[in-house]
Amino acid sequence: MNPFRYERAQSGAAAIAAAQHDGDARFVAGGTNILDLMKIHVEAPSLLVDINRLPLSKIELRGDSVHIGALARLNDVAAHPVVRQAFPMVAIALEQSASPQLRNMASMGGNLLQRTRCAYFRDVAAPCNKRAPGSGCGAIGGENRMEAILGTSERCIATHASDVAVPLVALDAVVNVAGPQGSRSIVLSDFYRLPGATPHLETVLVHGELITGLSVPVLPFGARSTYLKVRDRAQYEFALGSAAVALDIEGGTIRQARLALGGVGTVPWRPRAAEHDLTGAPATRTAFEGAAEAALTGARGYGMNDFKIALAKRTLVRALEMVAA
Amino acid sequence: MARTSLSAVALQLSGSGAAVSEPAGPASATATPTFVLDVNGREHQLTVDARVTLLDALRDRLGLTGTKKGCDQGTCGACTVLVNGRRIDSCLTLAVMHEGDRVTTIEGLASGEQLHPIQAAFIKNDAFQCGYCTPGQLMSAVGMVNEGHAIDRNTVREQMSGNICRCGCYPHIVDAVLDWKGRS
Amino acid sequence: MSQPVLGAPLDRVEGPGKVTGRIAYTADNDIPGMVHAVVVESTIANGRIAAIDESAARSAPGVIAIMTPRNAPRVDARKVDANDSLLFLLQGDAVEFDRQPVAVAIAETFEQATYAARLVRVRYDVRPPTTALASGERFLPDQIFGKPAQHKRGMPEDAFARAAVTLKQTYRTPTEHHNPMETHATIAQWTGDRLTIYDATQWVFGVQHRLAATFGIDPKAIRVVAPFVGGAFGCKGQTWSHVPLAAMAARLAGRPVKLVVTRPQMFGWVGHRPQTEQVVGLGAARDGTLAAVTHDVLSETSMSDEFVEPSVVFSRDLYAVPNYAMSDTLSRLNISKPTYQRGPGESTGSFAMESAMDELSYALGIDPLELRLRNYSANDPDSGKPYSSKRLRECYAAAAAQFGWSARNPKVRSTSRGRMLVGSGMATASRATHRSPCTVRMRMNADGNVLVQCGTIEQGTGTPTVYPQLAAEILEIPPERVRFEFGNTDLPAAPIAAGSQTSGSVGSAVVVAARRMRELLVSHDGKPPADGFEVELEDSPPPEEAEHATQAFGAHFAEVEVDPDLGTVRVTRFVGAFDGGRILNAKTARSQMLGGIVWGISMALFEDTRYDARSGRIMNANLSEYLVPTNADIPDVEVILIAGDDPFANPAGAKGIGEVGICGSAAAVANAVYHATGIRIRDLPITPDKLIR
Repeated sequence: MNPFRYERAQSGAAAIAAAQHDGDARFVAGGTNILDLMKIHVEAPSLLVDINRLPLSKIELRGDSVHIGALARLNDVAAHPVVRQAFPMVAIALEQSASPQLRNMASMGGNLLQRTRCAYFRDVAAPCNKRAPGSGCGAIGGENRMEAILGTSERCIATHASDVAVPLVALDAVVNVAGPQGSRSIVLSDFYRLPGATPHLETVLVHGELITGLSVPVLPFGARSTYLKVRDRAQYEFALGSAAVALDIEGGTIRQARLALGGVGTVPWRPRAAEHDLTGAPATRTAFEGAAEAALTGARGYGMNDFKIALAKRTLVRALEMVAA
Repeated sequence: MARTSLSAVALQLSGSGAAVSEPAGPASATATPTFVLDVNGREHQLTVDARVTLLDALRDRLGLTGTKKGCDQGTCGACTVLVNGRRIDSCLTLAVMHEGDRVTTIEGLASGEQLHPIQAAFIKNDAFQCGYCTPGQLMSAVGMVNEGHAIDRNTVREQMSGNICRCGCYPHIVDAVLDWKGRS
Repeated sequence: MSQPVLGAPLDRVEGPGKVTGRIAYTADNDIPGMVHAVVVESTIANGRIAAIDESAARSAPGVIAIMTPRNAPRVDARKVDANDSLLFLLQGDAVEFDRQPVAVAIAETFEQATYAARLVRVRYDVRPPTTALASGERFLPDQIFGKPAQHKRGMPEDAFARAAVTLKQTYRTPTEHHNPMETHATIAQWTGDRLTIYDATQWVFGVQHRLAATFGIDPKAIRVVAPFVGGAFGCKGQTWSHVPLAAMAARLAGRPVKLVVTRPQMFGWVGHRPQTEQVVGLGAARDGTLAAVTHDVLSETSMSDEFVEPSVVFSRDLYAVPNYAMSDTLSRLNISKPTYQRGPGESTGSFAMESAMDELSYALGIDPLELRLRNYSANDPDSGKPYSSKRLRECYAAAAAQFGWSARNPKVRSTSRGRMLVGSGMATASRATHRSPCTVRMRMNADGNVLVQCGTIEQGTGTPTVYPQLAAEILEIPPERVRFEFGNTDLPAAPIAAGSQTSGSVGSAVVVAARRMRELLVSHDGKPPADGFEVELEDSPPPEEAEHATQAFGAHFAEVEVDPDLGTVRVTRFVGAFDGGRILNAKTARSQMLGGIVWGISMALFEDTRYDARSGRIMNANLSEYLVPTNADIPDVEVILIAGDDPFANPAGAKGIGEVGICGSAAAVANAVYHATGIRIRDLPITPDKLIR
């Protein structure tokens, strides 16, 4: 790691002010991503602002939303009765993330901001437009088995790494942010930016802004949901493909569907057309397969990750079957 | 998009959770913080480079080398310790971040010469070969039991998956955990 | 004594030290005044260093020195014997593989050295690298472990041409990195011209020998210490570049130096299992009797060294095949030197041969186990020598019965459990046992307590536990009265702890010394004199041992569940039965077999080092993307020990047990996947992408 100054923030305002005054400052909560990236020199902040003492760990039902503090740890959110009852898919996605130790460390806010596992992004000797804009994309034409097939651009095909962001994007979760210009709330699907020509810009956050928490609107049929993650080994691995599914079914007919795909997109992928196709459709395999086709519209393989197109469809169909059963 | 003033933000932050006691330690930024680390019930005053991870503080500064470095990247679990009773990877956290926390390492597991029952169960069930990942496995097992996850073989398998054992002792680790659980 | 000592499942003697964290591995040692060294490794795989700018690094806080080709002490990096390797000791500017050492940063603290290493700016003249097996320059090596690179018995071409049923298939195994949990580490301290080395090594005498040659000093001036090694699996068998680099850094700094290889650097200069492409041909009669086997192997080696993965050994030395042909071809690539990895040769060769045997069983409609039994060989088929012992039939029978093999529906894709396809597969295990000269010193004090000394190491195999058991059995005393001292070069010389030879080598020396001590004891009416007895001897395999072929055997049976839509494979059951000769400790032996099986499952499903073909750089050099099994990937494994004496193998009667478990186990999993799905995967690992296409 490069030398840096450390500051423990005593208040949210102090944290934001400290970061605002240093363009190379970063917040640290669990540390599982930022310190890892500092060790491999992808990140080299001049100042680390430790936000762990801020009172942002609460998980509670307020009105028709579940509020999750930015500093709530993944394991605590997964174990919380309100979360387990209201959105099983969120709890499952968290339980399938990383390892038990890392889930005790990692914060919800940090998880939403975790950087891609793309090998070219993580290797400072390799070209990467996300890490070093203009240097090229090593993954295109390279080792790209784990890379994205949706939302890619000629500049970047890096997969978004978060599991929990997948069900959260399906649930229209709202990110609450505080910053130098005040606070604002952003729907998660508007929070992430597609790589396009600027893959180094991953979210709409500006420097100094701090995620304070999430508000997840309670979905009436959220209890009927699941998260299915497919990977090479059984645990402790990023997804080859994943699907978050919530269904409102009455008398064999789907009234509403919420879907999202992980492990395949440059951002957590919300296939709204497939949701639309399922609305009013019978809960049958044929309908599910049709939705999966729609969900993968525009998907593009880059060689080693071609299989992800079929895998993502099958993962979504399986998740739909699991929820419908 | 709703915007409010910065002072309102501060108000909202301080009002949104339980009151926190003002933490001791560095209030302003420093590259070499001085702080107190509580390890196995003993307090140590440290002045170190802010870069020092909890793992390296334990090993290189406090001489507690029972905690192992296997990857230094959070991918193997050899460095698992308990912080306030919860298992974490000590390689991906800074020592200075743990002022005021209770850190428990493998050196703090036994009571003097009396092995902790999970340690005895590991020996009895031959739950290790080279022994390098073993301190991390043991701390993880204790953390798992604290979490209430040592339910059955499959749950233990899943919940112990944050600790890689290259010698391949996994089924014996599961045996040892359930052996201990069954006797306690 | 009521219970026999030998073979008893005694707890590990060093267990309390391991579970309390008190046992010190190399990097746990602290020496007053010690500073830290971090290797700067190349980021290209072929070319030259054009310039190194170390000015920023040198002026960083805490930095003592930056060692580059410009200021590195002059040493001799050449190999000292055929099995050795060229070292990369900053003596020139050529770069021939990714992650080759190009500089070393030395600083007061680990954090300062790590940052200084990052600040060293290296500019390269880059040449295109070659890392694809098919693209390298091909050649036949002069020899493979003393045998020719091409070999035949009988008339393989004719027999193959005349066979009623023939099969010829290509099998591929990828580059695999050992990744023991303890990374390589060295501490070096000079005291005048004397050198003390703490090193994570399988062979303290090998390190001593190599450093003496590198620095041109007397081996006696070098003391190497390595009692406890945190896993090795072959990569700690050689003295790699960082060991002399640590000593060079210590000389430059004038301080003791600790150098710990990082996890990403474990994919650099410290060896790996080479990728192979193996063409196996089987010619058989309708009844399954093999008439001809051919096995042609292409494997990779580095630019400046030759290492052959002897995959052919498995097909050559197992079944009763009258006509046989093999060849070993090497392909030169911009990679670091491959080396031995658990079960070198037989692990990769058994995947090819036992997959081919499975394919033949389906082609003939003969049960896979029955096909093996029809080709059972009473003698080593290549040399014609009798086996020192062989209980493979008993292994097949015991494991098949435990697994319930007879209840299996032989039809592929015939069994399911819910959505999952269920399959079962089997394979034979076989691994040569080796033996080398070994010296031990044994002391019996007046109180009857015994100290055994030998410079071998402990890497999880039970060294401090099993040799006292062996001595105690012969001396007819309780094992707790025997203490085993090991792990440094002051002790009598032991061979490398590798190659399934330690029980046979160290164990035999212990047996011979204990027998002599017993004679001494008898001649003194069972009571040692006031100053005790001491026996020191070197035990070497006598010529008559070569009259027998010594191999460990076994049988693997695996059950898998495959998700037909998602392509995921989970091993749900595994039974292995093994003939390892005399078992010194049933508990530690069982664990070694279990470990071997876990390695086989890992080889079948997970491990795969990935090179970017354009840069030659390894793109998954970490334990997140280079996959090894987690606890959740391993089912309950049943290990059956078919124990028994082996009067001809060696005085210990023990065959190698550290490696036989991996030999054949990957094939058993692959064969089970075929039985479940009808899809034959011939290139490892078996991943979802290969099963859903």
